[in-house]
Parts: sequence; structure tokens; C-alpha cells
Amino acid sequence: MLSAIWETEGLQTVGIVVLVFASIKLLHILGLISFSEDSVEDELELSAVRHRPEGLEQLEAQTRFSRKELQILYRGFKNECPSGVVNEETFKDIYAQFFPQGDASTYAHFLFNAFDTDHNGSVSFEDFVMGLSILLRGTVQEKLIWAFNLYDINKDGYITKEEMLDIMKAIYDMMGKCTYPVLKEETPRQHVEVFFQKMDKNKDGVVTIDEFIDCCQNDENIMRSMHLFENVL
Amino acid sequence: MAAGVAAWLPFARAAAIGWMPVANLPMPVAPTEKNKRQDELIVLNVSGRRFQTWRNTLDRYPDTLLGSSEKEFFYNEDTKEYFFDRDPDVFRSVLNFYRTGKLHYPRYECISSYDEELAFFGIVPEIIGDCCYEEYKDRKRENAERLMDDQEDNKDAKLPNMTFRETMWRAFENPHTSTMALVFYYVTGFFIAVSVITNVVETVPCGSVPNMKEVPCGERYTVAFFCMDTACVMIFTVEYLMRLFAAPNRYRFMRSVMSIIDVVAILPYYIGLVMTDNEDVSGAFVTLRVFRVFRIFKFSRHSQGLRILGYTLKSCASELGFLLFSLTMAIIIFATVMFYAEKGSTSSKFTSIPASFWYTIVTMTTLGYGDMVPKTIAGKIFGSICSLSGVLVIALPVPVIVSNFSRIYHQNQRADKRRAQKKARLARIRLSKTGSSSAFLHSKRNGLFNEALELTGSTEDEKRLSKSTSLIESQHHHLLHCLEKTTNHEFVDEQYYQQSYLEAGLQNYPSQSPSLSSQDGVTGTCCTRRSKKQHHTPLPNASAPAHMQPLKHTHTHPQGLQELSTIHIQPLSTSRSSLNMRVEEPAPLNCQSSQITTAIISIPTPPVTTPEGDAHLPAAPTLQNVVKVSAL
Repeated sequence: MLSAIWETEGLQTVGIVVLVFASIKLLHILGLISFSEDSVEDELELSAVRHRPEGLEQLEAQTRFSRKELQILYRGFKNECPSGVVNEETFKDIYAQFFPQGDASTYAHFLFNAFDTDHNGSVSFEDFVMGLSILLRGTVQEKLIWAFNLYDINKDGYITKEEMLDIMKAIYDMMGKCTYPVLKEETPRQHVEVFFQKMDKNKDGVVTIDEFIDCCQNDENIMRSMHLFENVL
Repeated sequence: MAAGVAAWLPFARAAAIGWMPVANLPMPVAPTEKNKRQDELIVLNVSGRRFQTWRNTLDRYPDTLLGSSEKEFFYNEDTKEYFFDRDPDVFRSVLNFYRTGKLHYPRYECISSYDEELAFFGIVPEIIGDCCYEEYKDRKRENAERLMDDQEDNKDAKLPNMTFRETMWRAFENPHTSTMALVFYYVTGFFIAVSVITNVVETVPCGSVPNMKEVPCGERYTVAFFCMDTACVMIFTVEYLMRLFAAPNRYRFMRSVMSIIDVVAILPYYIGLVMTDNEDVSGAFVTLRVFRVFRIFKFSRHSQGLRILGYTLKSCASELGFLLFSLTMAIIIFATVMFYAEKGSTSSKFTSIPASFWYTIVTMTTLGYGDMVPKTIAGKIFGSICSLSGVLVIALPVPVIVSNFSRIYHQNQRADKRRAQKKARLARIRLSKTGSSSAFLHSKRNGLFNEALELTGSTEDEKRLSKSTSLIESQHHHLLHCLEKTTNHEFVDEQYYQQSYLEAGLQNYPSQSPSLSSQDGVTGTCCTRRSKKQHHTPLPNASAPAHMQPLKHTHTHPQGLQELSTIHIQPLSTSRSSLNMRVEEPAPLNCQSSQITTAIISIPTPPVTTPEGDAHLPAAPTLQNVVKVSAL
């Protein structure tokens, strides 16, 4: 008699197990449950965005570089980014190699946004060469406008203290930790205060482009340093 | 239009003469070629190996580098050829693509270098011909898996500012991140083990009460086992709810396998709680207890091996399915045959075909329990055929499963090995990075040495030193120097940083050191002159040692230049530091140079710290000594 009870219990067990598995399988088929821990994409992503730059003649006309210089620039550019565009990751990697001691990624982010004039998330060779043309061959006025654009993170025409603080922190980050004297927390903030004292003429808390350009043009050191990198290429 | 047939276009156009007699309307005007260029040979110089081809060949694919105007960027006017600084072997395949229209992937080539070359020349890899496409895809997938392993390790890098939820999730996924996570990991593992052992021991017959038969422990110590079970289920419930809370994507988490296992493991307990009063179904629901065995699968979070096994089974699902299907077919065939063969014999166990299934399975898997044995001759013959074929059928899909397992297992081994080597790799990378930064500091010191030598007029040493840095290096160092000037801080090496950091900790007590002889350690930098041409002399950027007194930096101008903060002058004899050995002798001479005096004069009002004071400066060369470069 006991065996009869156990037999019915046994069959019940089997029945319940089968039922549960069938329901799990049903849910799986309906797609409510997934059995793969992390879905490995089998299809490789389509080849990266490709971009072909405009012809040499057009670029020669639009920038202040000679044909040979454009060729040199393009070769370097293409070597690093064969697909023809730089995305932010690659840009940060490249820039970080020049500053081994610190963390250059924040500043590289701001630089990237300054070069990416059409804000499409990638810097093509045209953007790159236009930016360089201003920086290396432009007038002092143009360079100052470019620097203002770099500082003005949200591109609203005003540099606020917060924006300047972000930029300053990014610059100090590039120094890294092993500096002398030891970097303190409030050093960037102090530096920003000095900057605003100098630049913000009407003391309204923001620096406009005219204030910026005026002030820089009156400062001898800054004017001199604008010509520092002219023979880079 | 496929490029290869472009050459046949003249033929197709000529054959259109055949339509002319039957045409109703006059024909459109034929396009004239603007500049009838003779087809010319182009020379492509790839790292010294010259390839030549017709210009038309390259023009077949105008959306690639060679087919478009992009190649003009690489045109060398002097030699009238196109120079590419790339791998000539891979270029062969690329050029063959233009010639034949088919892209081939050479087997010996590394997949990532090939991909890079294709990306450089603007060719989409999808057009690789069928003969080589499979190989290409396989290699690419293998490479991607390898890279994915590397990336998973990188994900462990700690991000700053993670919310509590994110930290919790990271702790759950990777127990090695913090001690709390490790504790949690071991505690859950322990409770899983306890729960499984409880389930097992519950059924063991333990000691008999005298007048009743043997009862299993579960019924004897019901309360104890119930408490144990409750505790375990509490822990599992709490763990599941915590994971649910911390998961970044709750819906996806709920659908994953581990979460289902968790739910199935604790559900029977709750159902049992609800159903205790109902007598009819309680029997059935007691058997729900069988699902408590699923708790053992929770161990797969703790054991890598279990996960590998599970993954293997999943990836061999089709082979296993084939095995099952073929076995089922064979079982049905042989069971039927055995049934009809044994039908004749008396007292045969083969009462029906389903009853013969058991015999067939036991025989095919070579188990041979012996509870059902054929007695007729025909039965015995078919029985032996059954066991022979069983071996074959089972042996067929097994190697496929084994090779899958071995591939996945080795992949995991590789990941572990790489993780172990990663530390050594990172250390080496860090070493090379400090190499480059120490090169900068080294060059600063050399810059100083250079000036010293210039002043003393020894030219051979100067030439030796100035040649040691290439143009790129010196430009890089100039860039780093500009950054130093912008922030008014300097790069120093690790050891000096530790030293000054400790000293900064003792800074609260400002004390004037009575005699200079008690000072030691480097105390600042000397004047480093970048180049003679620059008008804005970079300034001696010395500052008092931290233990001397609190530092006061004057404010710095933005945008690159700074003023001197403080100058610290100290007699050479006492500022002996091992870092400065080489440069000390010429240094006294150096300090007499006019730059220092001018710089000193231009200081606003720094709190000069030296006991000697500035007054001595212009007049007493022997006492002066500008302190040294702070590195190496």
C-alpha cells in the first residue's frame, strides 16, 4: 500500500516537473525569458563610417596651408585614423599619449568639441585642418576667438565661472599627481578667480568675447605667447 | 554595374547597331568624351616596392582611396609616383581586387593588420570573395572574442562617483571588488551548501522510535528542519531582492537564467506555506520540494567550471538535439523488433513496446542491468545488434561536444592567463610611461647643464648633449614645459613627490631653520632657460621647502606665463642632494648670469625665506647658489 502511495506521488512529481519545464520553455519561446547570460552579437558591426575628404585644391583654397603641408597633415591623420574620421575615444587616446603623467581625457573632450564644429560626434579631416589653419596661421584675433570658443563649453557666448572652473580642472588634471608643489584642491579655483579678476571688466560674473579679446590684446605676455607655435609645421 | 564588365561596354554599344533598323524614334545624342585621355600607367610605390597599373583599373572603384581623388594626397611631385607607407604584401591583395574584382584574404595574414589595411584603402571587407569569406569571418570572430575578454577585464576599473546602486551591482557581479562583496559571496555560498545538505539529510532514516518503523530525519525533527529551511529561504529572498534592486536593467535581469533559478528555488517554500491546510493537494505540493534541488544551480555564480559546462551544453544544443533524436529513432525501432521477436516466448518480460523501451535504452547505453533478458534466438540476435549499434550512435556526436568544450575551456584558460599576465604588462607599460616622463625631467636638467656649459664655453660637451634629443622630443618637452608654466606647478618624479608630500604634512609648524647646514633635500628649481630667443624668460621657479615655512604662491597669469613665486637661494655646500651631483660644479658660475638678478628684481614681494636674504644676491657670488632641478 505504501508503494502505491509512493507510486502516485512519484507520478505526480514527474508530472509537476514536466509541467514546470514546459512552461519555462513556453516562456522562452514567447521571448519573455532569455537563456543567454550576455548576448554576444554574432554579426560584427558594419564597417566603420568612412569619410573621404574634399580634394586637395579645395582644401588649399579654404585653409592657409600649402599643398605639401596638407599632404603631410593628411598622411599623419590617415595613419592614425584609417577610416578618415576621428571619434572621441581615439582622440582622447592620441592626446593622452603626450601627457603620460596626468589624465588628459577631460581636456581632450573639450578640445574635441572645439574641433568638431558641426557637432556630429566625429572630427573629419576638413574639421581638423580648418582648426589647425586658424591655430597655426590665423591672425591673433582668430586665435583668441578660437580660445574663447574652447572655454565657452555650452557655446552661448559667455564664459561663466563654472565653465572656466571645468576647463581649469581639466588642465590641472593633465599635470597628474606628482607635481611640485603638491597640487591642492583649491588651486584651480584660485586660478579661476585671478582669471576673472583680470578679464571680467564690468564684474557681471561672465566674460563676453569682447571683454576677452580686449583684455588679451592688452596683455603683453599673452600676445607674445600667441605666436609661440607658428613654426610648428 | 560591375566594374569588370566595364571593358565590354564598347562591345555592347557596338552591338546596338542591331536595334537601329527597327527603332521607331530617333536615337539620343551620344555622349562625347570631354578630354580623350590616353590611358596611362600609374606607379604606386608602397614602401619601396613599385606596383604599376593602368589608371582605368583604379578608376573602377571610385569610392575607395585609390579610385578617388584622395590618392592625390599621397602624390610625390618629385618622383611622379604615389607613395604609400604601408605593408606591400597586403597591398598585393588590395591591388588584385582592382584588377580582378575579387578580394581575397591570405591565410597567413593577421586579421587585424589586414582589416587596418582595408580600412586605410577604403575597401569594405564584406566584398571578400566566397572562397575566402568564411575564413575571414572565423578569424574575425575569434579575434573579437579575445578582445571581448580583455574588455571585460577593463570594465573592472573603478569609476569614480558611482551611485550606491551601481556599487552594489558591481559588488554582486564581481566579488573581488570589496571586502563586503567577498563576505556576501561566501555567506551566500555557505547557505546554499547548508540548504542542499539539509535537503539531503532530511530524507536519511535516522534512528527508529521503538514501536514505529524507521522514519526519515525530516519527520523526526520537523521543527529543526523547518527552521533551517526558513533561514535559508530568508537569505535567498533577501539576496534576490537586493539583486533586483541593484540591477541596471531590471526587466533584463528578471528574464535571465540565474534569476529564474533563484525564483524556482525559493518558490516551493512559499507555496508550501500557503498550502499547508489543504489536505488533498498537499501531497502533490510536497513533491514540489523536488525543486529545492535547483538551489544547487545557484552555485554556478560561484563556480567558473559550472558556468563553462553550462555554456558548452548551450552551444552544443544542436548536437545534443541530434543525439537525442537519433537515439529515439533507434530505440523505437529496436523496441518494436524486440517486442515482436519475444512475443512468442512464455513469461517474457517484454509485455508491450513501451516496456521494451527500457530494455533498449539499457542495452544501447551498454548498461545491461539484466532485469529484462531476451530468451528466444531471434531476440538474442536482435539484442546483440542493438547493443552494437548503440555504441556507434552514441559515439558519433560526442566528439563535436568535446571539441566545443575544449574550445571554450581553452578560451577561459586564455582569459585567466591574460589576466595574470596583465599585471606584468601594466607594470611594463607604466615603466615605459615613466620613462617618457623621466625623459622630460632629464632634459630639463640637461637644459640647465647646457646653459652652464654655454657660459663656461665648453662647446664639445654642449654639442654632445644637444644632439641627444631629437626634434620631436624637444618639441614634446617644450609642450610639457608650457603646461608647467600654465599651472605654475612642476613635474617631479615619484620619489620626490613622496618626499614633498610628507613634508607638506608637517607644514603646520612653520619654523625658520636656523642654519642652512641642517637643510637637506632639494629645495627648488633653478632657472631654466628654454631658448635664447624668447623674450619672456621663463623664470626661476623656486619655492621654499615646505618644512621651512608656509608657501605663498603669488597668483599666476592665465594663458601661459607666470611670475616667479619665490626664489630660494641657498649656499651650494649645504644643499647637497643626490639628485644634483652632476650639475653642481658649473652651477656657481651659472648663477651669476644676469637672468637671475633680473628675475629677482622683478619679484613683487615674495616672502623670501633664505636667511641670507636678497641683499647679498648681486654682490656675493660665492654665497649664491640657485637651487637645483628637482628631479632625477
